[in-house]
Amino acid sequence: MLAVRNINTVHGKIQALWNVSLEVEEGEVVALVGANGAGKTTLLDTISGTYIPVSGSVEFQGQQIEGKSAAYIVEQGIAHVPQGGRLFSDMTVRENLEMGAYSRHAWKQRAETMEQVCEIFPRLKERETQVASTLSGGEKQMVAIGRGLMSRPKLCIFDEPSYGLAPKAVIEIFQVIRSLPKQGITVLIVEQNVGQALEMANRAYVLENGRIALQGIACDLLANDHVRKAYLGL
Amino acid sequence: MKDKTKKYSLFAGFIVILLLLISLPSYASSYRVIFVTNILMYVILTLSWVIFSGPTGYISLATAAFFGIGVYTSAVLSGTLSLPFVIIIGALASFCLAFVVGSLTLRLRGMYFTMFTFALVQLISNFAHWYEVNVTGTVGRLVLALDSTIIYYSILVVFCLVLLASHFIKRSKFGLALQSIGESEEAAAHSGINVTLVKVTTFAISAFFMGAVGAVMTMRWSYVDPPTAFDIRLSFMPLLMAIFGGMGNLFSPIIGSSIFAYLEEILTTKFPYYYMLLFGGAMLLVIVFMPHGIEGVFRKLQKNNKGQLSEKP
Amino acid sequence: MKILDVQGLRKNFGGLAATADVDFHVDQGEIVGLIGPNGAGKTTLFNLISGAITPDAGIIMFKDKKVSGLKPYRICRAGIARTFQSVQIFPKMSVFNHVVIGLLFGDHRHTTSASTTEEVSQIIEFVGLSGMNELRAADLTLANQKRLEVARALATQPELLLLDEVMAGLNPTEVAEAMELVRKIRDKGITVIMIEHVMKAIMAICDRVIVLHHGEKLAEGKPEEITRNQSVIEVYLGEFTCLPSET
Repeated sequence: MLAVRNINTVHGKIQALWNVSLEVEEGEVVALVGANGAGKTTLLDTISGTYIPVSGSVEFQGQQIEGKSAAYIVEQGIAHVPQGGRLFSDMTVRENLEMGAYSRHAWKQRAETMEQVCEIFPRLKERETQVASTLSGGEKQMVAIGRGLMSRPKLCIFDEPSYGLAPKAVIEIFQVIRSLPKQGITVLIVEQNVGQALEMANRAYVLENGRIALQGIACDLLANDHVRKAYLGL
Repeated sequence: MKDKTKKYSLFAGFIVILLLLISLPSYASSYRVIFVTNILMYVILTLSWVIFSGPTGYISLATAAFFGIGVYTSAVLSGTLSLPFVIIIGALASFCLAFVVGSLTLRLRGMYFTMFTFALVQLISNFAHWYEVNVTGTVGRLVLALDSTIIYYSILVVFCLVLLASHFIKRSKFGLALQSIGESEEAAAHSGINVTLVKVTTFAISAFFMGAVGAVMTMRWSYVDPPTAFDIRLSFMPLLMAIFGGMGNLFSPIIGSSIFAYLEEILTTKFPYYYMLLFGGAMLLVIVFMPHGIEGVFRKLQKNNKGQLSEKP
Repeated sequence: MKILDVQGLRKNFGGLAATADVDFHVDQGEIVGLIGPNGAGKTTLFNLISGAITPDAGIIMFKDKKVSGLKPYRICRAGIARTFQSVQIFPKMSVFNHVVIGLLFGDHRHTTSASTTEEVSQIIEFVGLSGMNELRAADLTLANQKRLEVARALATQPELLLLDEVMAGLNPTEVAEAMELVRKIRDKGITVIMIEHVMKAIMAICDRVIVLHHGEKLAEGKPEEITRNQSVIEVYLGEFTCLPSET
């Protein structure tokens, strides 16, 4: 479904990604792990159109999308839930969620999608009319995830969805993410919660200093010595 | 090391220009001297404006108010006191007003602060008008004009003073506090900085120099009334000049305001009817093609020389 | 000795009680964990203690002096420092200058500039940012930005340090390093209150844990007691199997 081939991206004065290649098949949950500063967010931003790579290609369902505008990419069916949420701080929870359904095909079904999202995150229903800037960190994260889902994507990219969430909320989020393929949504997830990310994923990639260091079946990586030492603290 | 030689050569170049300026009346015509005086007025206003609005990001439109206070102080005192005292008192009057106003309004954020400073100009201008009409019975005052050379040197002194002030503030503990307030006011407050005091004091210091230059310019105009003294263009021009030139270092606003003021002088004399149109057009071009001002253009040129890979910001 | 004593603290936003009659105290030298579901009012509590907002009712005593209602800079100089949930660094400023600011403004005893460079280097080394003096804060990784915030806070010579989710977004190795840092801070004699969701850290380093829920204190006690508390499990931990490999 998604094929990233030999991407090189520059971020400010530094080259952040070196010949990175990655694939996500339809219906999979693919995890991307790595240290802070390894380039994970840059890679996700390149896929979703915030960055134009210097070279390489990103193909989504047969279409070349590298270099295209972020809005176009959303129309194609990719949703990006960024790290920290990046909410519209002066808008209410409800308005933020509605904005997620901005693209044409999502807009028509927004009432239905809103219900589904509120089922997943009942607290959002409670705080519907609250202005986003007044929410707590974790609540903002929930709105961000909800907003991503509102676009009815085919591929949903999560950048550290568990950031700042209470343990119970993390369990719930991961349950939700794990169930997405059954609802027809393919998942690419970046997580510091390496253990849980690998347990939930089918396949995974390890990014180190802007390069893919390891890749393979998630369970294999969980057992991998280097991964255990460097990322699981074992 | 390259940075140091660059700094020294810039400084040396600046000294040369300063010497040229000091000796100007001896080799230039009276018209030229007045021309440069007007340019220096804008340069001082821009530098003063940048002292406060640069690091903090609080966009002030009160420049005309503080300038005008200097003008009126000067107009009232011109016969009775010698020039240096008139300038100092004019500057102090602006300083005090800014301190009071700042204490009340610097709790406002962003747009609210800007709108308030704009309103302040109207408020003071109207008050002056009311005062002139009802209390002193004069609208418009005649002021004893002074020799253009004296005015020129007075302005040069104020220019050097505002430069020194800008330089030392930037390098001082105070300047560090200012910068931190601009980047994260909350973190600055939690690091032990009395944010309100720093903001208000800086605001007052910038007003001091605006008042000083206003006091000097009165002597050149010889006739003052509220619309002249509190001309709102004097609030917008320094802002535009600072954006045009850039605010990253001391030289950018000077270069920006000099070019801008020069253009304005030329356009008003050559095209008195179309000048505003041309000016507006020029501003549009600047905003579209040079959004970071001249400083931004320089930085871009530097980057391209280093052979950077192009990427979307 | 009680270093912080909070009584009857209340803060309302609109009609909502963000903090509702909270009472607790912290003894000198403790590391206290502050946990609770998202939206429970943990950061609001920190904001009340640090002076960012003023309470509607209640009192906060720091070393037997009332600090509730004081401005943040006064509270900082009195000896309470904090970090922020969304990292509040000065993006264009160097690492070095961040620490200098803390030293110059937060520590009222600090006067000479001769020893400043020395002290700054010590603090930068202490948090693990050696060699990064001239880097701009915006160019640091998230983990290092958090270290920088801690460095700036430590430069103000606090006796009480409030850490707001300093471990969020850190991988398990970085979490271990952060835990070590917190222990070192306590060993220097600084009392610590930390808001955290990373339970591994709470269990390992906290002496006591306070649980907030809907602005109220739900429970208080040793970490082991808290993790066995039914309401806490229901409301915060979830059907929690303590995975040994990570958070």
